[in-house]
Amino acid sequence: MKKEGEIRIPSGCAIAGVFAKDGKNINGGLIVRAMTTMHERSNGLGGGFAGYGIYPQYKDLYALHVFYDNMTARSECEKFIDEMFEIVNLSKIPIRKSPKITDEPLIWRYFVTPHQNKLADSQLDEKEYMVRCVIRINTKYTGSYVFSCGKNMGVFKAVGYPEDVGEFYRLDEYEGYSWTAHGRYPTNTPGWWGGAHPFSMLDYSIVHNGEISSYDANRRFIEMFGYKCTLLTDTEVITYIIDFLLRHEKLTLEETAAVIAAPFWDTIERKTPDEAARYKYLRNVFSSLLITGPFSILLGFEGGMMALNDRLKLRSMVVGEKGDMTYFASEECAIRMMEPNVDNLWSPRGGEPVIVRLNGGVNHGN
Amino acid sequence: MVIDSKNLDFQELNRRIKTCESLDITVSGCLGQRFLAAGLKDKNITIEGTPGNALGAYLHGANLTVIGNAQDATGDTMNDGSIVVYGSTGDTCGYAMRGGSIYIRGNAGYRAGIHMKAYHDKFPVMVIGGKAGSFLGEYQAGGVIIVLGLGSAENENIVSNFCGTGMHGGTIYIRAKTLNAKFPPQVRVREAEKEDLAKINTYIDKFCMLFSVPRNTIDDRPFWVLTPNTDNPYKQLYVQN
Repeated sequence: MKKEGEIRIPSGCAIAGVFAKDGKNINGGLIVRAMTTMHERSNGLGGGFAGYGIYPQYKDLYALHVFYDNMTARSECEKFIDEMFEIVNLSKIPIRKSPKITDEPLIWRYFVTPHQNKLADSQLDEKEYMVRCVIRINTKYTGSYVFSCGKNMGVFKAVGYPEDVGEFYRLDEYEGYSWTAHGRYPTNTPGWWGGAHPFSMLDYSIVHNGEISSYDANRRFIEMFGYKCTLLTDTEVITYIIDFLLRHEKLTLEETAAVIAAPFWDTIERKTPDEAARYKYLRNVFSSLLITGPFSILLGFEGGMMALNDRLKLRSMVVGEKGDMTYFASEECAIRMMEPNVDNLWSPRGGEPVIVRLNGGVNHGN
Repeated sequence: MVIDSKNLDFQELNRRIKTCESLDITVSGCLGQRFLAAGLKDKNITIEGTPGNALGAYLHGANLTVIGNAQDATGDTMNDGSIVVYGSTGDTCGYAMRGGSIYIRGNAGYRAGIHMKAYHDKFPVMVIGGKAGSFLGEYQAGGVIIVLGLGSAENENIVSNFCGTGMHGGTIYIRAKTLNAKFPPQVRVREAEKEDLAKINTYIDKFCMLFSVPRNTIDDRPFWVLTPNTDNPYKQLYVQN
């Protein structure tokens, strides 16, 4: 295998998303079909999906999706999971064997809730407890990797083309109100299962097309807050930045977009004084979280989705709407595969977030 | 000759287009196939649906018509021929184009006409019926780009930000009552005069004919002309001179 610097791979990557504002169930097969139209944007070294609302029977439990290199890693990690959480259900994630997806790790799923006494002892809120446990597994337990840990959502990813990954994980057997997808064309790191997208933390998941040039500046800043960038890929750091800004700093999605894709000073100067003051404040306070270089991302979260391009719009993104449905993709053809007759279709400007949410907010069904 | 492109990948579809004996071809049901008609010199192709990226890249004389929207990098480095799009195009339309023409009824995405250039008898023309995204004509070195802004308000900025950044040749024409955009120092802006309008008259006529737009709906607003600022625009950019 050629090493870094010996090979040049032109950048591509495909992303797509679909969201039902009325909370209607969308079969996972739809987003898999959308990805087939953008096959050439990937090179078979990674594909993945995130679905929301897919585990209604366990909606109040955290769903841990874990890759294990071997049985030893599994038994070691399970001891830790058992110690920190009450395990309500555990099983292998059902797969469909295929010659197109090979060398798969052991792939397990656990529906868990923190042990109440442990949680109380830790003096952390529940989400922070979860985050710390997951980071602990991913940094201390060799051969174990938690790639999804939200409630009523799940990430499915592998090395392969996205359409084959969807088939492998039997996504046509899942239904949810929101899906994102990614086809990978890795440019800086070799493709491996954990490095495929989406990257997720709690219910935030990110699919990303691009290559950020501010990786080290962003990483140095975010690691001061307990995150560990273990994968050396830029998407991982974006995920932690989003978690930090939304969950810790309690910024809105719009403010988060104004931090990571901040307008140029020149553009800020031409805004109204109030707006300009707000943008200036965000740029100054979170200057180390400005993400530079080309990117288009889809952020999935409980009850919503956000699409965002870098401020220069160096990657493509198209949005389409039909009734309560919103579609996102790197290319229009993927949207037309999902819905040939969209009511309207547009390309958001660089740095301009497009945010969709469930009508009436998240229904917890309580 | 009609080629149904449903379920054909881009290589097979392109093979069928290239080996087709008929010079007039309709491609139906197109959905994202890339590189269509790349380098082609002698066919008239009508595409129904949504062709993929790099439609007509290195086009060498063929005429393409898209009944719908085109995606990114339409006419990338095209040399000759024409591309007519009844809808809108994605980003980097006419990237490094050096000849031929692109007519778009709707809007163009970011970076339309980036690095467009002219040489001897090669003179590229791009006409955008609606609005253009940021970085229109970035590093333009030759040829002409026309933005009509049809359907936009009188004071609307129809070329977004950073139009003509790094421009050092060619001309951009913008049709607007008032120019509500900020331009970089490398660009000189003035209102079009009779001689300027005469230079683009045939292109406007062709646009009107192609898309059945009455000519008087275009003549009701003035045009503005953007050319490179020749006062040594790169002074001190690299060396003291």
